[in-house]
Amino acid sequence: MRQLMLGNAAVARGLYEAGCCVISSYPGTPSTEITEEAAKYDEIYCEWAPNEKVAMEAAFGASLAGKRSFCGMKHVGLNVAADPLFTMSYTGVNGGVVIGVADDAGMHSSQNEQDSRHYARAAKLPMLEPADSAEGLAFAKLAYELSEQFDTPVLLKMCTRIAHSQSVVETGERIEPPAKPYEKNIAKYVMMPGNAIRRHPFVEERTRKLREWAETAEINRVEHGEDHKLGIITSSTSYQYVKEVCGDRFPILKLGMVWPLPVQKIKDFAASVSLLCVVEELDGFIETWCRELGLSLVGKDCFPPEGELSQTAVAEKLGLPHDKGAALAETIPNRPPVMCPGCPHRGLFYTLNRNKCTVLGDIGCYTLGAVAPLAAMEMTLCMGASVSAIHGFNKALGAEAEGRTVAVIGDSTFMHSGMTGLANIAYNQSNSTVIILDNSITGMTGHQQNPTTGYNIKGDPAGKIDLEALCRAMGFHRVRVVDPYDLEACDRAVKEELAAAEPSVIISRRPCALLKYVKHKPPLSVDPDKCKGCKSCMRIGCPAVSIKDGKARIDATQCVGCGVCEQLCKFGAFQSAGKEA
Amino acid sequence: METKNIMIVGVGGQGSLLASKLLGRLLLDQGYDVKVSEVHGMSQRGGSVVTYVRYGDRVYSPVIDKGEADFIVSFELLEAARWLPYLKKDGQIVTSTQQIDPMPVITGAAQYPENLVEKMKAAGAKVDALDCLALAEQAGSSKAVNIVLMGRLSHYFGIDEARWLSAIEAVVPPRFLELNKRAFALGRNA
Repeated sequence: MRQLMLGNAAVARGLYEAGCCVISSYPGTPSTEITEEAAKYDEIYCEWAPNEKVAMEAAFGASLAGKRSFCGMKHVGLNVAADPLFTMSYTGVNGGVVIGVADDAGMHSSQNEQDSRHYARAAKLPMLEPADSAEGLAFAKLAYELSEQFDTPVLLKMCTRIAHSQSVVETGERIEPPAKPYEKNIAKYVMMPGNAIRRHPFVEERTRKLREWAETAEINRVEHGEDHKLGIITSSTSYQYVKEVCGDRFPILKLGMVWPLPVQKIKDFAASVSLLCVVEELDGFIETWCRELGLSLVGKDCFPPEGELSQTAVAEKLGLPHDKGAALAETIPNRPPVMCPGCPHRGLFYTLNRNKCTVLGDIGCYTLGAVAPLAAMEMTLCMGASVSAIHGFNKALGAEAEGRTVAVIGDSTFMHSGMTGLANIAYNQSNSTVIILDNSITGMTGHQQNPTTGYNIKGDPAGKIDLEALCRAMGFHRVRVVDPYDLEACDRAVKEELAAAEPSVIISRRPCALLKYVKHKPPLSVDPDKCKGCKSCMRIGCPAVSIKDGKARIDATQCVGCGVCEQLCKFGAFQSAGKEA
Repeated sequence: METKNIMIVGVGGQGSLLASKLLGRLLLDQGYDVKVSEVHGMSQRGGSVVTYVRYGDRVYSPVIDKGEADFIVSFELLEAARWLPYLKKDGQIVTSTQQIDPMPVITGAAQYPENLVEKMKAAGAKVDALDCLALAEQAGSSKAVNIVLMGRLSHYFGIDEARWLSAIEAVVPPRFLELNKRAFALGRNA
């Protein structure tokens, strides 16, 4: 059936049609929907793992057992899973393994814009790169064939624009791949030096064979153009921008496999044109290979390594005409993302701000705690780094820092890689205060379950890790739970735990205000006679509270009645619906 | 046919995903090649969001660039002004007159600009501004602003109303169908 499908959904469809049986992933924009969509097919076992390393190893285990498996992650997730990745290159597979990785050029929702293609080259693994949803579906299927034919995990690389664009696909039927029973094979699967030494030549030979395959592969195709003054090598979304502005004018070498790259095909293409140009987002990855082949070309000297490309960027550099559009003369105020009305993180960050804490932060919605007026976060690095870094920070500065520094980390991020940092605090004994912001969901990526929520990816009851019991078992005697809507309780908890002579964990617990099961209270209102216009209520940065004509005002369409602003008002100007009666 | 470009802009959480789903369905049924590009992740948290809908004989780029949009459909006035540079020379803006203060305005660091409709017209844009929130409430729910806007947009397309309505049927749950048909009619006939 001809239908519009999100790039990530098309990959999920391809996994389904290829007979994939086991999927284990960790959510991360822009990769999340691959696994969410795949979970809708009953034939595939799907799960959210605690982190990407666990997910990849679970997928490896399923492959070992003879089934086609998949794990999906964002670009920075592949850093977490890099350890199994590099050695799975040596073991190869039994059932096919596909690893989905989604880059985020332009950093729409990421902390860096690293280029995942380097992993393919470094780990000596093939990487396919679709340029639309139809290729997403087709390449997912092809990836399994390559995986089993060449005995290798295959990387399937997405980017924000391909992952989150819908385009037309034709779906097919699911196949059941031939059974590959598990067989004990110590030389292949036990990577101790004696065995790994013998696998390394296999890896090099495999790359040679894959490069040979790339020479004639249909997915690396030359599109003929009328004007041979210029020839363009490109892939992924960059290919779409090139086609948008050039149409059929110049010859194009469109690469569907970005590693290993062919030799003769590229040399022949270069020889057929006067000027060779490589158009690719982020690093000059294809460019580097072309230069190693001794080719001269236009590449990153023309297209920057920062941010996304677009049809305008390509047109500009190629000297083709394009419109610029007209802007208003006046400045349009920015609209940055904000914590939602009723967000449970708000009260806690307000408390940290008021107590002038040094806050080491982590990855999630709560990273918005760094934004004014809360401005209560001073570091964000990567998943789990808050808990590990506070230990180093406190060891470096001693008691003076311990009395004012906290780490904040979400429930899902804590499960991902905060636990190991906590183990270091317990073991090497810094007097650190860790705050787990437990909103009972993985928020930022759009509400995925995690090991602390008690539900699995399908929403069915699952194992539930008890955060309090876990922290106590690690040796923390001071573990307490507060409601972040209760500012007084938050203030007391932060002051007492910072003052305590031993490490402690505060669990700030209240479900995300956007969860469907969360019942909201009626919106508050402001009594203009009582409001003195002191703006105390503006210190929490709630989008539902503003000052109009010198008085506080509540936007009733946004307010969910959390009552945090009410606690800031010394004049009792805020009224909840209950109290009005 | 040359590729046509529609941008749907607004504030994260306003319901632009349903509008783009509806357009995608409608245009695919008309036999066009279609691409719809969405925003996920952090900007959905109350930030400025944009969805690109492109259709024609063969669509390549998933995004719309400055000076390329035939239509900008906006849920919010400031957002229409923000994305104005993306409008083509003879392009049409269809916008709700709703105003939602962004955080810099709330904190007093910036002012919400005044008379934006007039200013956009003065900049050469064709602007169709409508109180879509009031019409949505009249239809039965403030959440139907997206379909009111689609009704208004339909006014500029030579596609039968029946085709729009069957696309709505395809993307809206049955229990909200009547409400959304009312919202569509109110937008179309306003």
